[in-house]
Amino acid sequence: MSKCKTSPEVGGMGHSVKRKEDARFIRGQGTYVDDVVRPGMVYMDIVRSPYAHAKIKSINTEKALAHPGVAAVITGETLKEYNLHMMPTLMSDTQMVLPIDKVCYQSQEVAAVIGTDRYSVADGIELVEVEYEPLPVVVDPFKATDSDAPIIRDDKEGQESNHIWHWEEGDKAATEEIFNNSDVVVKERIYIPRIHVASIETCGCVSEFDKATGQLTVWMTTQAPHAIRTVLALVAGHVGLQEDKIRVISPDIGGGFGGKVPVYPGYVIAIAASVVTGLPVKWIEDRRENLQADSFARDYHMDCEIAADKDGTLNGLRIKTLADNGYADAAANPSKYPAGMFSICTGSYDFKNAFVEVDGVYTNKPPGGVAYRCSFRVTEAVHAIERMVDMVADEIMMDAAELRMKNFIPKDAFPYHSPTGWEYDSGDYHAALQLAMDNIGYDELLKEQKEKRERGEFMGIGICSFTEVVGAGPSKDFDILGIKMFDSSEIRIHPTGKAIARFGTKSQGQGHETTYAQIIAEELGIPFTDVSVEEGDTDTAPYGLGTYASRSTPTAGAAAAMACRKIKAKAKKIAAHLLETSEEDLEWEVGKFSVKGVPDKAVTIQDIAFAAYTNHPQGLEAGLEATHYYDPPNLTFPFGSYIAVVDIDSGTGEVKVRRFMAVDDCGNIINPMIVEGQIHGGLTQGLAPALYEEISYDDEGNITGGSFMEYLVPTAVETPHWETDKTITPSPHHPIGAKGVGESPTVGAPPAIVNAVVDALSHLGVKHIDIPITPEKVWRAIHKNEVA
Amino acid sequence: MIPGAFDYHSPKTLDEAINLLNDLGEDAKILAGGHSLLPMMKWRLAEPAHLVDISRLSDLDYIKEENGFLCLGAMVTESGLENSELIAEKYPILKDTSEVIADPLVRNLASIGGNIAHGDPANDHPATMLALNAIVVVCGPNGSKREINIDEFFLGPLWTALGENEILTEIKIPMPKQQSGGCYIKLERKVGDYAIAASAVTLDFENGKCSSSGIALTNVGPTPVRAKDAQDVLIGTDVSNEVIEQASNLAAEASQPVGDHRGSEEYKRGVVKTLTGRAILKAKNRAMGGN
Amino acid sequence: MEKKSITININGSPRTGEVEDRLLLVHFIRDDCALTGTHIGCDSTHCGACTVLLDGTAVKSCTVLAVQADGREVATIEGMEGEALHPLQEGFFEEHGLQCGFCTPGMIMSAKHLLDNNPKPSEEEIRCGISGNLCRCTGYQNIVKSVQYASNKLQSSESAGGK
Repeated sequence: MSKCKTSPEVGGMGHSVKRKEDARFIRGQGTYVDDVVRPGMVYMDIVRSPYAHAKIKSINTEKALAHPGVAAVITGETLKEYNLHMMPTLMSDTQMVLPIDKVCYQSQEVAAVIGTDRYSVADGIELVEVEYEPLPVVVDPFKATDSDAPIIRDDKEGQESNHIWHWEEGDKAATEEIFNNSDVVVKERIYIPRIHVASIETCGCVSEFDKATGQLTVWMTTQAPHAIRTVLALVAGHVGLQEDKIRVISPDIGGGFGGKVPVYPGYVIAIAASVVTGLPVKWIEDRRENLQADSFARDYHMDCEIAADKDGTLNGLRIKTLADNGYADAAANPSKYPAGMFSICTGSYDFKNAFVEVDGVYTNKPPGGVAYRCSFRVTEAVHAIERMVDMVADEIMMDAAELRMKNFIPKDAFPYHSPTGWEYDSGDYHAALQLAMDNIGYDELLKEQKEKRERGEFMGIGICSFTEVVGAGPSKDFDILGIKMFDSSEIRIHPTGKAIARFGTKSQGQGHETTYAQIIAEELGIPFTDVSVEEGDTDTAPYGLGTYASRSTPTAGAAAAMACRKIKAKAKKIAAHLLETSEEDLEWEVGKFSVKGVPDKAVTIQDIAFAAYTNHPQGLEAGLEATHYYDPPNLTFPFGSYIAVVDIDSGTGEVKVRRFMAVDDCGNIINPMIVEGQIHGGLTQGLAPALYEEISYDDEGNITGGSFMEYLVPTAVETPHWETDKTITPSPHHPIGAKGVGESPTVGAPPAIVNAVVDALSHLGVKHIDIPITPEKVWRAIHKNEVA
Repeated sequence: MIPGAFDYHSPKTLDEAINLLNDLGEDAKILAGGHSLLPMMKWRLAEPAHLVDISRLSDLDYIKEENGFLCLGAMVTESGLENSELIAEKYPILKDTSEVIADPLVRNLASIGGNIAHGDPANDHPATMLALNAIVVVCGPNGSKREINIDEFFLGPLWTALGENEILTEIKIPMPKQQSGGCYIKLERKVGDYAIAASAVTLDFENGKCSSSGIALTNVGPTPVRAKDAQDVLIGTDVSNEVIEQASNLAAEASQPVGDHRGSEEYKRGVVKTLTGRAILKAKNRAMGGN
Repeated sequence: MEKKSITININGSPRTGEVEDRLLLVHFIRDDCALTGTHIGCDSTHCGACTVLLDGTAVKSCTVLAVQADGREVATIEGMEGEALHPLQEGFFEEHGLQCGFCTPGMIMSAKHLLDNNPKPSEEEIRCGISGNLCRCTGYQNIVKSVQYASNKLQSSESAGGK
């Protein structure tokens, strides 16, 4: 970052100021949803299906209702009376809230028990007797469209198979032509398995309905409170909920990562229960419910092909993907993109052409497809391209870094139009990779590897040079259920020069209370400590689509800058009035307007704010505030180059990440400390699926990996010491040149680690290993010659 | 997350605890560290009607050498073992074992008695105790007390020789001979996991030759597995790399793993071989005065 | 259901309650005492969000019964700040050792136990010491630095005032 424009006290962009929100968190004084207690509150717990696919023959609630403390049992039939047993998904599919006839995945919600306390309802769910008749299950997505496969969504009119949608991008014929005329074609089926965000706080809500006023207040773990309120008003208007009387409050959120974007049945049942009973109802999932039923991420089977020339020129890319959506298409993708931004899969390379197609299918697994720290399938896309590029390098025996350097989109080619229709805003890929190589000592590592290999030791070096696509997004392309994906900022400057700023986004640990204040400090010169930031309450915050997909800085951050500029324009008028001069004679420097050439003749933003309420010029409105709804002209394209070094224990197959150098470029940086912290966390969430985490199913659709015993979230011991560095290539279209960073490391780390492991084993003939790379997979490669 | 209802009993003495067990019968369970039982109860995989808490019986928390044995009270915690100077100096295999159990917070409450009495072949102390030829001391009604050879203690998954009205009160481990060493090596997927497999090895040397050995394996059978042939092949040798290779192969053969999410049967045997080889080598080095 | 009367000294104040035998200590702390800084993140004794000190030892309060803590001392995050922030709290603030803040109280209590028993831990010892606590945001690196910060601060204040 070039020199900061503001002093550390003002704390504008580029200052690693300490986080304002931490004052409450380090004292244990955050307010998370389970900390919310309302007078007369009752509790809810959920009965879940042991079967992946089964008819419900009967539900007997008698014993549960007889249990002390249990007040009510809610079933699908109860909800059907209010026509609330089904709900729309974010992809305009439908999903059961509670079933009437059958269940379609293990751990699906079957009934809910309401009672006086957590313990009674936990007992109550054990006492609800459900009689099931198991049905044949669809687990393997490749068999989902077989003619003899049972139709899972027989509730949907016209749904005659388990196929949901087909989507394609790029020029099929031209790509085929390229494949026919290239020296080398490399192919691989790459699977990126089901994983889960596993935020340490699970999901839950407290729903309070006031029968007298018709007011519904819901405290819930949501990353997008406004969208939730609107959806509630749209789907439950018929039971008397109207948008002006719905207040959604997103309190402190204990990690979201995309998992707290969807609406889960539990929320809807709790809301229905509070509307029916008139009592506040609390529902908090436990960890198994969270892992087993809440939205998964990934689960893409990708048949990838690259056509290249012997000299290493990458020509064409073709990917055919099968997307396992589970029982419903409840992915969190913008409406127009059933496979999200997967078509960004040409990555950092200047391909001549590419063709991508994706088919979505239903299976008997929980619905989902959330953007887990990822802009809608960019993780899958980057995994595919970065693995395939390494396979080409291996095939033509070229160094993986050299091949990348040869094919990178050159710095002067931006804005770059990709063959699948994206316009990359800016980039300098060569610089980022070169920095990573210099920092880690790439050439020395190659030498070390050669020596070790001669001694029979296994060491690997893996590169990933990813391009991200974030900041959804321009309203012409991006909406969720029709609501455009702009975001907003409303800033009020108080008479004493302090400010309050409200946003349509919602921090889940990103540090918005600090970074948004820093943007305002940068723009207006008001110290960041004098700016209060509020988000998450639909009664007070301006409308916005929430925080996910690294969109807060690109959208709401931009909105803050734009709102500040509106304020500054008005401030200038007031300054001219105060200084008895014309606006043209004024110039701005951090925090004040002064008369050109007479620096002593100046008024500070604080003076101006006071005047705005005490001495505003005639003809100008009093007050100093502005709201801006920012609709980005394009997405932003952060990028980076990561290099992983792994050592392998050949006796056990264990992989140890010895070093990991991450060079990120997220454009201009608001708070380097926070950016670096996000990179550490994101890298760890990239390490996790690379080596540890997976949710899988047996042939009957029984989940494995459904608790923290089996879902292997890395601890501090498994996590390596991350090394980070940066290049800065500002976004040309973003008001402050920022791009967003939260998800880059999660997207970029897995291929770097896989590439390193495959590199360590390449002399044995290993071409590819699917994640998670368990010790057994490595051990088999070494001892059983099992090479993909 | 929430256990079913039960009655909690907090006896003041061991006798009182045993009497409670005797009176309450099979509906009662002992609560020691609670870190095997309570998680099962929270998932309602166990729903005992009574819990008899022995965690406050401070007279079961001791580490001492007596009459040729190291005596460990059942309520010695894993962190108690980990932090004991006596253990670190003379019984490093026990330190090896306790410091790879679960995680440090769990180890602050989890007890050695519970780890053994639970009879879980995935627990770590059972194999170590087999390798150490430990004796399990058990107290029953009317002051009865019996000593069970460790080889006769583990009967099947979550099934031991412990009677319903008995409490495991002490583990006795023969004090090490002049030149001896032991080692426990575990492969786990991450901290807090049970073993993919683990190997416990003890070796005694006389005049440069191995005079006795103990080799036992974790989580590769319905009970902890003693690899007898592997032990025998070491006896009388100088435990050369060649012999270690033989013994490791025999240990792999002795293991009875089943394939699961931690790995296939074949892989687990491979891991047993690797870990046993490493554990023998380390035990040998320790016997020779190294680390 | 028959209830027992218990008294637990939490952060220096006796807290009395009539509780079911099965009540988990974490629920007594959170629901009965309204000390909501101690969190719940799992149901299998893995995450450590509920870590408190029981008679000075860090334990997962989801795997201790409230009745087991009867008559004993419990320390939670709410008791860490005296006249000033505890050096660990300060360390987490200064070194950006938290993001969403959900694991933070448990992490701090674990680290307290670690430093009480090992005032100058190495990076590896810190990583092992906090390995019973899961964090999904930070990648642990700044948590390690936060603990080192506290360790240094505690050492220097000891040597400054320590005669």
